[in-house]
Amino acid sequence: MKTASLHESAHSGHPGAAPPAAGRHGGTAPNPGPADRRRPLRRRIADQSRAYAFLLGGLLCFALFSWYPAVRAVVIAFQKYTPGSDPEWVGTANFTRVFQDPEFGAAWRNTLTFTLLALLIGFAVPFVMALVLNELRHARAFFRVVVYLPVMIPPVVSALLWKWFYDPGAGLANEALRFVHLPTSNWSNGADTALVSLVIVATWANMGGTVLIYLAALQGIPGELYEAAELDGANIWQRVRHVTVPQTRFIILMLMLLQIIATMQVFTEPFVITGGGPENSTVTVLYLIYKYAFLYNDFGGACALSVMLLLLLSAFSAVYLRFTRTKEDAA
Amino acid sequence: MTAPTSATRTLVSPLALAKRRGKIGYWCVFTGVVLLFALAFLFPVYWMVTGAMKSPDELVRTPPTLVPDSWQLSGYTDAWDLMQLPTHLWNTVVQASGAWLLQIIFCTAAAYALSKLRPAFGKVILGGILATLMVPAQALVVPKYLTVADLPILHTSLLNDPLAIWLPAVANAFNLYLLKRFFDQIPRDVLEAAEIDGAGRLRTLWSIVLPMSRPVLGVVSIFALVNVWQDFLWPLMVFSDTSKQPISVALVQLTQNISLTVVIASMVIASIPMVAMFLVFQRHIIAGISAGSTKG
Repeated sequence: MKTASLHESAHSGHPGAAPPAAGRHGGTAPNPGPADRRRPLRRRIADQSRAYAFLLGGLLCFALFSWYPAVRAVVIAFQKYTPGSDPEWVGTANFTRVFQDPEFGAAWRNTLTFTLLALLIGFAVPFVMALVLNELRHARAFFRVVVYLPVMIPPVVSALLWKWFYDPGAGLANEALRFVHLPTSNWSNGADTALVSLVIVATWANMGGTVLIYLAALQGIPGELYEAAELDGANIWQRVRHVTVPQTRFIILMLMLLQIIATMQVFTEPFVITGGGPENSTVTVLYLIYKYAFLYNDFGGACALSVMLLLLLSAFSAVYLRFTRTKEDAA
Repeated sequence: MTAPTSATRTLVSPLALAKRRGKIGYWCVFTGVVLLFALAFLFPVYWMVTGAMKSPDELVRTPPTLVPDSWQLSGYTDAWDLMQLPTHLWNTVVQASGAWLLQIIFCTAAAYALSKLRPAFGKVILGGILATLMVPAQALVVPKYLTVADLPILHTSLLNDPLAIWLPAVANAFNLYLLKRFFDQIPRDVLEAAEIDGAGRLRTLWSIVLPMSRPVLGVVSIFALVNVWQDFLWPLMVFSDTSKQPISVALVQLTQNISLTVVIASMVIASIPMVAMFLVFQRHIIAGISAGSTKG
C-alpha cells in the first residue's frame, strides 16, 4: 500500500514532463492516474495550487525550523557570528578553538562513556525485565503501567528527585546503603561516581519505553520454537540464547541504535543534577554546545560543535533508517 | 493485548509451571518482581509525595521517617503561591495546547496533500521531511534558536513568545509520516465517491478522512502534548523572561533559594497533569507504544 502510493506521487511529481513520457510509463506503472494526464492544463494548475495550499503551513515550518537551521549550522560553523552584526568568515578558526578547549575532550569522553554505560546498564536491565515480565501470568497490566510511570514524570522532575536522593546529607541513596551496612558513596558529588549516577537516573526515567517495546516483540515469538528447543533438550539459558535473542535480533538492534542516538544528546540530567561538575566529569557535548552559545556567547564555536555531533548522530540515524527500510520492504 | 495469553507458549513451558516446584518458583519470582517494581518505581514517587508533607526539620532528619509525623499540606500551598505555579502551569498549558492544535491542523493538511492530492515534487518534499528524522533535533538547537531570535525576511523575534514553541512543533516529521501512512490506507474510491457527491477537498478531509483517522489522531495528539510538556532545553533557551517560562524551566530556575519542602511539592504538582493523563489513557498509550514498535 505504502509503496504503491509512493509510485503514484512519483509519477505525478513531474507535471512538466511531456506526454510521451507519460505514455512510456503508462504501461508499466501500477496506477499512473491516466485521468490526471488527460486533464486540461488549467484544471491541473488548479489541482496543484489546491494541493500546495494544503501543504503550505507544514512546508513553511519545516523550511524555517528544520531545513534552514541545518544549513545554517554548517554556515555559522565557519563564521564569527554575533547576533545583530554582520557575520564574518573565519575559515576553520571555530573548529581549532573548540579543539583546544580542555572541556572538548572531557565532553566527548563523558558523552561516549555515558552512552556506553547506558547501553550496558540501561539496556541490559530493561531487556532482562521484559524477559521476566513476559513469563508472568498475573497483573500484566499493572506491571506495564508501573514500569512506564517514570517516563511520564517530566525529566526535570526526575532529575531533581534524584538530585535529592543523591544528597550527601539527608539523601535516600546513602540511607539505603547504611540500612544494609554498606559504605556510603558520593554519588553525583564525586568525580568518579557522578557519571554512573547520572546513567542510573536516565535508565530509571527512560526504561519504560524499552521494556514495553521489547515485551511486544517477545510476544511475537512463535511458541513452537520454544517447544522444539525444549524437546531437543535445551535448558532455559540455551532457549534464551538460541530462540529468544535470534528471534528478536532486529528489534534489539533498533532499540540499541535509538538509545545510542538519544543518550548522545543527554543534557537535562547533567544540567540539573551536577551542572557539569565535579571537575568537568559530567560535561556532555550538548551541554558544551549550550555553554558556548549562552555562557560564552560564541555561536560559531557552538555551531562547530553541533556540526560534529550532527555528523556522528546522522551516521547512526542512517544505519537505523536503512535497517527499518529493509525490513519494511521485506515484509 | 492486555488479556492474559495463557494459550501462547513462552520461555518456560506450561507443564513445568503446572508442577508443584514450578508453581512455587513462579510465585516466588512473581512476588520478587512485585516488590522490585514497588521499590524501584512506586517508592520514589511515594517518597516525593510524602516528602512534601513533612516539616522542614523532619525532611532532613537521619534516619528519615517512612511516614510523615504529621501530614502537612503547607508545602503544597506554599509552592502554589511562592513559586507562582498557576502562572507557569498556565504557560505550559498554552504552549502545549497551541503546539497540539497547530500540529493537528498543519500536519494533517500536509499529510493529506502528500498522500492524496499528488502535489508536484511530492516525493522530493516527502524525502526532505523524512530526512529531518535522521537529524537529531537537539543537535540543531543553536541554529534553530538563532532563526527564532531573528526570523528570516520578517526580521522579528519570537523569543519569549509561545509561537517559538508552536511553530517549530509543526515541523514534526514523525507525526506527519504517521498521518501520511494512515491516510495512504484509505481507499481512493471513498474519496472519489465524496468528490462525485460534490464535496471539495477540504470537506472531504474534514468529514471523511478525519473521522476515519481517529486512532492515529489520538496517538499524534498524545505525542504532541507529551513532547511539549516534557521538553526542557528548548524552552530554557527560548524563554528568558521568568513570567513566560513553562513549569519545567521554572522548576530549575526558581529552586535556588527556596526550602526543600516547597521544591518537592512543586515537583509533585508539575508531574500531576502528565501522570493523570497517562493513568486515564494508559490502555491506549501502552497499546500505541507496543504496536508502534513492531511496525517500525
